[in-house]
Amino acid sequence: MPEFVFLYRNTPEAIREASGSPERAQQSMQKWRAWFKDLGDKGHLKNIGQPLDHPGKVVAGKAKTVTDGPYAETKDVVGGFSIVEARDLNQAAQLASGCPVTDNGGSVEVRPVMRLEM
Amino acid sequence: MEPDEAAEHLFRRESGRLVAVLTRLFGIHNLALAEDVVQDAFCRALETWKFHGVPKNPSAWLMTTAKHRALDVLRREATARRFAPDLRPFLESEWTVTQVVEEVFDAGGITDIQLRMMFSCAHPQLPEETRLALILHLVCGFGMDETAAAFLKNTAAMQKRLRRAKTTLAQSKELFDLSGAHDVAARLPAVTRAVYLLFNEGYHGASAESPVRVELCAEALRLVSLLLANPVTSTPTSHALAALLHFLAARLPGRVDAAGDLVLLVDQNRSHWDAALIAEGWRQLELSAGGTEVTPYHIEAAIASVHAAARRTEETNWGAIVSLYDTLMRIQPSPVVALNRAVAVAQHEGPARGLEEIERIDDRRRLSRYPFYYSARGEFEYRLGRLRDARRDFEGALTLARSPAERRFLEGRIQDCHGSTRTA
Repeated sequence: MPEFVFLYRNTPEAIREASGSPERAQQSMQKWRAWFKDLGDKGHLKNIGQPLDHPGKVVAGKAKTVTDGPYAETKDVVGGFSIVEARDLNQAAQLASGCPVTDNGGSVEVRPVMRLEM
Repeated sequence: MEPDEAAEHLFRRESGRLVAVLTRLFGIHNLALAEDVVQDAFCRALETWKFHGVPKNPSAWLMTTAKHRALDVLRREATARRFAPDLRPFLESEWTVTQVVEEVFDAGGITDIQLRMMFSCAHPQLPEETRLALILHLVCGFGMDETAAAFLKNTAAMQKRLRRAKTTLAQSKELFDLSGAHDVAARLPAVTRAVYLLFNEGYHGASAESPVRVELCAEALRLVSLLLANPVTSTPTSHALAALLHFLAARLPGRVDAAGDLVLLVDQNRSHWDAALIAEGWRQLELSAGGTEVTPYHIEAAIASVHAAARRTEETNWGAIVSLYDTLMRIQPSPVVALNRAVAVAQHEGPARGLEEIERIDDRRRLSRYPFYYSARGEFEYRLGRLRDARRDFEGALTLARSPAERRFLEGRIQDCHGSTRTA
């Protein structure tokens, strides 16, 4: 089955706001756990992936300039990634639409893993 | 990946402990910083746990995370800020800072630190409801919106009020000191009162969703256990309060029926009452007898114990309850106590006597906005067969009812009055 990488994007402020009160943190975590569990139960979760900390660093260009992230023009950061199996890009996007990151203004970037056709 | 469920209210429970410990380190004037560090720890937990699941010991995980952040903050801001005055020399030296932080975070002392936080919140310069809101927010981990909802206030108003209250707390720099017996005794009544009111808010609360809010009652029980854990605060009065809360909490499962409606004490199925809580109530009641002072908590606990002792409503010793209310009227007279006394008299000597007692309440005007005043009168009239009067009083109560459950209950009673008229 084709594989897709889900990149969970949100602003650092929104990520922090998700734990704005103890109960909000609790609810947010329960939603994420339920969402991952559902993906897993349906056989779509190839690899749950990892959370990513921020800020990081960006190394750029021939000069290998090192700058502190957040990066480029975007205000949001990638907070984590997963690898998902789906029939096609449409189904993958459909799966991503239930992701709790969208609840507080975030987004899921869905990218097909490129395969070498032999 | 294990399909785990984080314990319910895990973050809320840990919040009070962490805020208290960090405030102990930073000083109460740096309360905002302490809250910030807790939010950081929660944020890290959330980001990690949503991928990897909740660890085996989430409490220890959060403690360790907060401890590391606290050390960062202490080192980074050592020159910019002044931390807890009594710890400051040790926090400012790299020789001692780690050890002091370890000691403060040590589980053995956390109960006391939370207790000190609770006493700090019961600040004499603050209005009673604000003290209570602070305890709920800082010691019980209720978010701003939940705290506001507990007092039926809007979030923005509550935020403003708590911000001002925190400025008042900040004057003291340190958490309240429990070693001064005189200071403890002076502030203890405000603390026990806050716990009592918190329980009441859950027990008689005017919430739209649910006639009882078990989580508020559970927090009150947890707070009273903090009081009992320290020899300085486990006074006979604290035991009396604990007895009362345990007896009342035991009734919670019988207080609401399957449809979510309130059930009157006399109609409750007593086999649903929690036997373990009742047993603890009796134990606490015995411990409360140690002093010379008889507080309203003692009397209310004794009244609750009489109910607990009766396996069926018919076995209730109403005579004993009436005389306990007589005592309560002597030490803490109020129209509400007088009304409760009238209800007990009606059970003991019949509804006509209950009505007489209601007529004799001094200062009855003060009950004119109190729904239970009309509903109690309505009950007596109903039992005397004076259905027209009863209906009028139930309708009066209905206009003052504070929650859907209360409204449904009264509508049912109004319906009963109509029904009986037709069959009569």
